[in-house]
Amino acid sequence: MNKKVFQIIVDNTSGVLSRISGLFSRRGYNIESITAGVTADDRFTRITIVASGEDEVLDQIEKQVAKLVDVRDIRELYPESSVYRELALVKVKADATLRDSVKSIVDFYKAKIIDVGYDSLIIELTGNSAKIDSFLDILRDYEILELARTGIAGLCRGTEGVLYLQ
Amino acid sequence: MLGADALVKCLELEGTKYVFGYPGVAICPFYNSILSSDIKTILIRTEQNAAHAASGYARVSDSIGVCAVTSGPGATNVITGIATAFADSIPLIVITGQVDSELLGSDVFQEADITGAVESFVKYSYLVRNANDIPRIVKEAFHIAQTGRKGPVLIDIPIDVQNSEVKKFSYPESVSMRTYKPTVKGNMVQIRKVAEKLSKAKRPVICAGGGVILSGAQDSLRKFADKYKIPVVSTMMGIGVMPTKDPMYFGMVGNNGKPYANRAMNEADLIIMVGARVADRAISQPDLIMENTVLIHIDVDPAEIGKNAKPSIPLVGDARHIFDDLISQEITGNYDHWLNDLRIYRQEMEPQRDPDPSYVDPAAFITMLSEKMKDNGIYVADVGQNQIWSCAYHIVKKGRFLTSGGMGTMGYSIPAAMGAKLACPKRQVIAVCGDGSFQMSMMELATCRQYDVPIKIVVLKNRYLGMVRQYQHFKYNDNYSVVDIGDLPDLGKLAAAYGIKCMKLSNMKKADQVIDEFLKNDESMILECNVDPYDLVH
Repeated sequence: MNKKVFQIIVDNTSGVLSRISGLFSRRGYNIESITAGVTADDRFTRITIVASGEDEVLDQIEKQVAKLVDVRDIRELYPESSVYRELALVKVKADATLRDSVKSIVDFYKAKIIDVGYDSLIIELTGNSAKIDSFLDILRDYEILELARTGIAGLCRGTEGVLYLQ
Repeated sequence: MLGADALVKCLELEGTKYVFGYPGVAICPFYNSILSSDIKTILIRTEQNAAHAASGYARVSDSIGVCAVTSGPGATNVITGIATAFADSIPLIVITGQVDSELLGSDVFQEADITGAVESFVKYSYLVRNANDIPRIVKEAFHIAQTGRKGPVLIDIPIDVQNSEVKKFSYPESVSMRTYKPTVKGNMVQIRKVAEKLSKAKRPVICAGGGVILSGAQDSLRKFADKYKIPVVSTMMGIGVMPTKDPMYFGMVGNNGKPYANRAMNEADLIIMVGARVADRAISQPDLIMENTVLIHIDVDPAEIGKNAKPSIPLVGDARHIFDDLISQEITGNYDHWLNDLRIYRQEMEPQRDPDPSYVDPAAFITMLSEKMKDNGIYVADVGQNQIWSCAYHIVKKGRFLTSGGMGTMGYSIPAAMGAKLACPKRQVIAVCGDGSFQMSMMELATCRQYDVPIKIVVLKNRYLGMVRQYQHFKYNDNYSVVDIGDLPDLGKLAAAYGIKCMKLSNMKKADQVIDEFLKNDESMILECNVDPYDLVH
């Protein structure tokens, strides 16, 4: 199994996200994460999909997505020439006695505590998926009450791979 | 001008001649507007057949078939027809009425989320929210349906949008879509590679699919095959790319194909697969063929290339453009020896049958029928054993062979034949079905009569769902389950009820004169053939 990150630029029509997700489900493609948001040009939405499968399947994913009428462009964001980021919000059970020890891990990861409750904390962390995985692993000694991960957003580096929308 | 008027106006501007459909409240504004148009309407007897009739019309007229049905059950009934067209890449515009915009999503009477339901069977779909968008949407819909890999496009229009005022009607002259730009012209670098590989090949074969016919590439393909003496086989959807008796043509491939066509594929050292999906019924084990073979895959849909078989040379584009470019390439190969081998195989490997003389032998019957058909006649095969016999024994001269290949939808032949006859009233149109598939569409006999669409209908009656019975014969040791369809209906009485003549043929003795009589006049007629219930296709 291989993994690829695809950047998809779609026309901002209603139902476009369901057309894309429907394609993945009916053809049995695996999505590890999907994020969507408007681009600098508000006629278009950028969707970032992390998909896994054999090479032939990944190749089919690219072609089948490209074929959808609403899709302007699909390209791979290669790991060596792209940056990926993911946001995680983690709610940890921590009363007064545990706050400091959690904070030391938070500082070490350059994360942020964005909410403090009587017996819990919400931590915000941005990074690549591996960093978030490792952060969660370190936190296993504590009780994680809730976790929200966004899935990755990515951009290619430099100006070469830029898609100029018209 | 109302939205409904605008919609009708758009269809007129697109050259639509017929709308096949079934009205209901949610599509009534459209059906009211169409009264003041020259577009003819055909009231089909069930919505699925509206799409099939539009499909037959589209395939023969080389244009787009249009159907219009109501919301809810009207829309859901048409889905099988849409899926059938989608599987065979037939361009259709399907208009569905929808409940009032305000009520969308509240499960009111006859509401169905049809754009959601057909998502995987359409090339694209629209839910019209504003009547002023109608001209742009219809223009885009026709464009999408007939360009690139063709297919059905659905336009869902709520009743209030049909009834609301369009400020200023102007039909766009061209389509500007930011996201949809299919490739039709083949890449010249790849085309030169094809020529190089062909020059080195000893045993090349062209396997032509339905895409060749859809792109109108039959002549270009024939010229190319003739010029370089490259043998041609076809998939089921490709039947008719060349006349059956063309010296360069070696039949249909696949598990129901001709043994010599499959042998050609297996022994070839280079295969040009064009406009074909390489699906399981045509090529059951793509890996086996590809081992020692150069595979060149030509398709207008890039996603088909590499989906089921990995090609040595992928070539994206429209078949006609590509053959027109290929023919001017220098190709030095000589395949005379190979061609000679294939001709010997064709003679030696024709399957022999041993029919029971007390029945009509479908093979001999279909051969005789097609020999007696007019040269440009249109033969519509249904689905089941009748389809396989039709593929194997129908002789295409200058006519067309239509069938539901990808989806295998029973009941396709009668409505599709009606659509074809309306598209070409002067041509002879024959639907050949079994007693199972006939009963899936027999309500359309009324439509044939009402609109005076004279099609010929052959029913190969074997009192079984033959294809499934055959499967149960081999797979379940003759434990037949739910395949006995009995002797009903009495076709003579049924035909009489509709005012249609019915002839019967019980064995081959009188076949010659019965077929002559059956084909003599341009009027609807049914010919019931008494077929051996235990006959097998192979």
